[in-house]
Amino acid sequence: MKHWTEILTGAALAVAVSFTATASMAETPANMLVIAYRIDDITTLDPAESFEFAGSEVSRNVYGKLVNFDPADLKAGYQPDLATAWEVSEDGRTITFTMREGVQFHSGNPVRAEDAAFSLQRAVILQKTPSFILAQFGFTPENAAETIRVEGGKLLLTTDKRYASSFVLNCLTAVIGGIVDKELVMANEVDGDMGNAWLRSNTAGSGAYKLVSWKPNESVTLSSNPDFYLGAPAMERVITRHVTESASQRLLLERGDIDIARNLNPEDIAGITGVAGIKIQSELKGRLMYAALNQKHPILSKPEVRQAFKYLVDYEGMQNSFLNGQYTIQQNFLPQTYLGASEENPFTLDIEKAKALLASAGAADGFEIEVGVREAQERIEIAQAMQNTLSQVGIKMNITVGTAKQILARYRSRELDVYIGAWGPDYPDPQTNAGTFAYNPDNSDAAGATGLLAWRNAWDVGDLNAKVDAAVIENDRDTRAQMYLDMQAEFRETSPFVIMFQQIEQSAMRAKVEGFSTGAAVTSTSYWKVTK
Amino acid sequence: MAVADETGGGRGDAPLPRWIKPTLRTIGSIAVTMLGLLFVTFIIGRVMPIDPVLSIVGERATKEMYNEVYLQLGLDQPLVVQFLYYIWDVMRGDFGTSLLNARPVAEDILRVFPATFELATFGVIIGITLGVPLGVIAAVRKGTWIDQIARVVALVGYSMPIFWLGMMGLLVFYGILGWVGGPGRVGIFYVDVVPSVTGMILIDSLLDGNMEVFKDAFSHIVLPASLLGYYSLAYISRMTRSFMLAQLSAEYLITARVKGLSEWDVVWKHAFRNIRVQLITVIALSYANLLEGSVLTEIIFSWPGIGNYITTALLSADMNAVLGGTVVIGLIFILLNIFSDLLYKVFDPRAK
Amino acid sequence: MTMSDTQTLRGWLLSETPTSRRHARLSALYQGWLAFRGNTMAMIGLSILVALTVIALGAPWIAPHDPFAQDLGNRLGPLWAPGHPLGTDSLGRDILSRLIHGSRITLYIVALVALIAPIAGLLVGTVSGYVGGWTDMILMRITDIFLAFPRLVLALAFVAALGAGIENAVLAISLTAWPAYARIARAETLTIRSSDYISAIKLQGAGPVRIITKHIWPLCISSLIVRVTLDMAGIILAAAGLGFLGLGAQPPSPEWGAMISEGRRFILDYWWVATVPGLAIFTVSLAFNLLGDGLRDVLDPNSSEK
Repeated sequence: MKHWTEILTGAALAVAVSFTATASMAETPANMLVIAYRIDDITTLDPAESFEFAGSEVSRNVYGKLVNFDPADLKAGYQPDLATAWEVSEDGRTITFTMREGVQFHSGNPVRAEDAAFSLQRAVILQKTPSFILAQFGFTPENAAETIRVEGGKLLLTTDKRYASSFVLNCLTAVIGGIVDKELVMANEVDGDMGNAWLRSNTAGSGAYKLVSWKPNESVTLSSNPDFYLGAPAMERVITRHVTESASQRLLLERGDIDIARNLNPEDIAGITGVAGIKIQSELKGRLMYAALNQKHPILSKPEVRQAFKYLVDYEGMQNSFLNGQYTIQQNFLPQTYLGASEENPFTLDIEKAKALLASAGAADGFEIEVGVREAQERIEIAQAMQNTLSQVGIKMNITVGTAKQILARYRSRELDVYIGAWGPDYPDPQTNAGTFAYNPDNSDAAGATGLLAWRNAWDVGDLNAKVDAAVIENDRDTRAQMYLDMQAEFRETSPFVIMFQQIEQSAMRAKVEGFSTGAAVTSTSYWKVTK
Repeated sequence: MAVADETGGGRGDAPLPRWIKPTLRTIGSIAVTMLGLLFVTFIIGRVMPIDPVLSIVGERATKEMYNEVYLQLGLDQPLVVQFLYYIWDVMRGDFGTSLLNARPVAEDILRVFPATFELATFGVIIGITLGVPLGVIAAVRKGTWIDQIARVVALVGYSMPIFWLGMMGLLVFYGILGWVGGPGRVGIFYVDVVPSVTGMILIDSLLDGNMEVFKDAFSHIVLPASLLGYYSLAYISRMTRSFMLAQLSAEYLITARVKGLSEWDVVWKHAFRNIRVQLITVIALSYANLLEGSVLTEIIFSWPGIGNYITTALLSADMNAVLGGTVVIGLIFILLNIFSDLLYKVFDPRAK
Repeated sequence: MTMSDTQTLRGWLLSETPTSRRHARLSALYQGWLAFRGNTMAMIGLSILVALTVIALGAPWIAPHDPFAQDLGNRLGPLWAPGHPLGTDSLGRDILSRLIHGSRITLYIVALVALIAPIAGLLVGTVSGYVGGWTDMILMRITDIFLAFPRLVLALAFVAALGAGIENAVLAISLTAWPAYARIARAETLTIRSSDYISAIKLQGAGPVRIITKHIWPLCISSLIVRVTLDMAGIILAAAGLGFLGLGAQPPSPEWGAMISEGRRFILDYWWVATVPGLAIFTVSLAFNLLGDGLRDVLDPNSSEK
């Protein structure tokens, strides 16, 4: 009996080991790009509806747009893509686009102005979450057929007012500007939904890649378009695999099972730096981390208290410790690299100054407030660090952690005292942030403008409303930039927003991967220039 | 025969089969419990302070859009009516659409369930193959070091936080030693390589004859399944031991031993035979427990099963998905419990 | 009842012929204690729990540092560092101090659940078993419904709905725990209710309330105690699981499950941040299991698990 057990155990072990002994260093195929990324936020791939980070990445590589960013030269701004040229009319309200000849969709259908018109019209008509980007130009479901039309093979857009053309074009580089294949989409239309249901998990684009499969919370597989008008991409297949844990992503990268790991936290980045065959790429993104003070609170609404808070954040300490390498200090509402961005970051941790400010507001004895934070590690740590510094001036801040939806729900109903969170730009134009941080035409509860951050914090912005309106129609770039600088200077002194950091995205990849760009602050990831 | 004729009339030709009434009772009891389950989850869903309309239309929607979707979701109806609609839908297999990815929840659940099933089954198999012999040996050699080891194994199993052990296991066996595959069901290249017949990659790859995928899938499942298997083994071995102890001290066995029956025969041919039914109920319960243990395990190992699905849904307030997943798991739980109750009643007349 | 000079306290307690009810009770308790004491493993469990209680009560004096004191310049400090024997966490807080203060939270959860769930279960179970009929059916259906839920999923759902926080977590766990006690209490009640002893009391004119509270409850208590103690481990693990998912105590609270979750990110290079609280949870669960096993051997020696 005893010998039997020994033999059996030995055999079992041998079988197990032979099964599991994989090569310690795997290699991904040369023409396949394998990425580990958190893609659980994708809810749809329809460009008229897609509004999350991971979804926008798929969109960018599958759909062409009228104007687009070149991943190799993001600083140059938007470039002609499916539109080769455009003209602005005399009254500044109509832009005429000349379409590029000879480009085909993945289905083989040619790309025409009709497809562009259809794409933009359906985005306006379907009225999904991102439709506000186009609706802000006065496009409505009723007038979409007239304001977005084809004449003589060219696409014409007529806005309700004269806007800075750079503003309009920047908005067209967003996901919602993706051009879909009208014939193919309409062939898959159901119940007059303009293909919305079908485009949720299928694609009809003309970009460098087409969708092979999307398994929610598991993976997205793209295969290259050999007829892509800019040249067939080197990576014939791009697989993005959903891996939640930073540690797991790191291990996969170290073992060579993947090429790029995109969600490594600072500690794992530190642990992997210097490892042979692996390099780290850092790109400044447009996301801002901020704390907001609800102006409905009797004490938080005092101007001196608002300013005091800006001196009660240990910017340097946080940036150099748990946020190291992934956030940089930024105290203005326009992210760096945006037109009109300011480099003035005057606030530092200054307990004495804060005490003086609080005393002058009559709040020297301290008070108690609640902060709502989403369940994300770095936000919780920022909250705890703030809790720490606030306690030194007698302010007791209780932290409530919740799911994104829970906390956002309370934020939108103006229930939180303090909110710590992030804001990402919707399109690469300064209006995207100015129009939400510094714009609040109707501060009443009834207005329900939950899309405006200033409204969520019950802040009456005063004369900034007019300034924002003026800046968005200013056509001269330099004048426009100066207007935003002035706005931000005023904002720093009066706003209840403690803007703290701007995000840096760090991607860890095998050293031979070249040409990978996550889009910096203006757009998202592009795969077609990647080589290994 | 005259008596039979006199008493047999009036009721029809034959009395109802003996098993009809208890079966009806069981079905009725399942139905009532399921109804209660649905009710509780439904209430939880409505209590959540999250606006499902906002989840769909986004926050920059106009009031008209908001109202339209509000009516579409039927939120203007009284709660009771909403609940009735919900039950009607569920009975037809329609769990609604996921607020997160706008797919039918039923489809999503069908997709993720085989992953959990595969994992739990593998875990239970490990638990049985190791746990039963361990329990038997511990009973036979009660008080010796083997018994102590079995006890320690079980104790540790009851006391260890499963998510912590999983993390440590992943760190050691994958991170440091590289003996097993990492998080996920298969390595990235093997995704979708074999056609999905049952949804269980181990079986599908065997059906397809693709040994590479099989090996890879095996190396990925072995660690989480061993983890679950350990917990299953702790429970099964303890129960087996106690059943065997009860049997081994029974009088008829003492008589048998006195008559000269070999120890092997006593243990396996008699004692073990008698506890087989009890063991099956234990295994069924263990299976049910594993379904629950899978929630945390799947999170650690990025295993796309129903535990992961429910947790993600809960944290994103995707109520339809949560309700659907909970109903499915609840149903399985109930069925497993009833199954073990039934078996017990059928084979153990004393328990009546 | 007096003690003669020749008798010791111990002798009195071990006497075969108790002289009064109180004497009998005390005697039973003492003999139970002796039996329990002979069980090494159970004693180990008990001593760990006593130590836990002492640590928890004395936390402010025992902990070397303030568990909330941050030191961003000394994050993720290693084990055995001077001043921080168990290292520091991601915000530079001393892990040992957080562990010590976290024991209070653990005890708090244990105490609350141990109070709420068994009492609720006892009530429901005894009433259901004694009264029978429709009440019994309805109450048992409700019990079944709660038993039909995997405990963690139900707790998750409750906390997600009510919001995170320790009290809600305790409530959620209690809600999943009470059905088992109700079942036990009901089973005991059913066995007892038809006994001669109860019939005799009924004949003496005792009403149902009196019967349930004075006669049935005391008999259920011992099996409940065993079951509760054994369940404690599971409850602690469930609370840790909720804390791990971020649904338990809120930061900066040093709840052990939350500590593991916070340390999870650093598992490859700074493994102790997550390992240490895990070991603490394991130790306490183990202690409850050992204690429960020991109690069961003493109080319920005929149970099948022996």
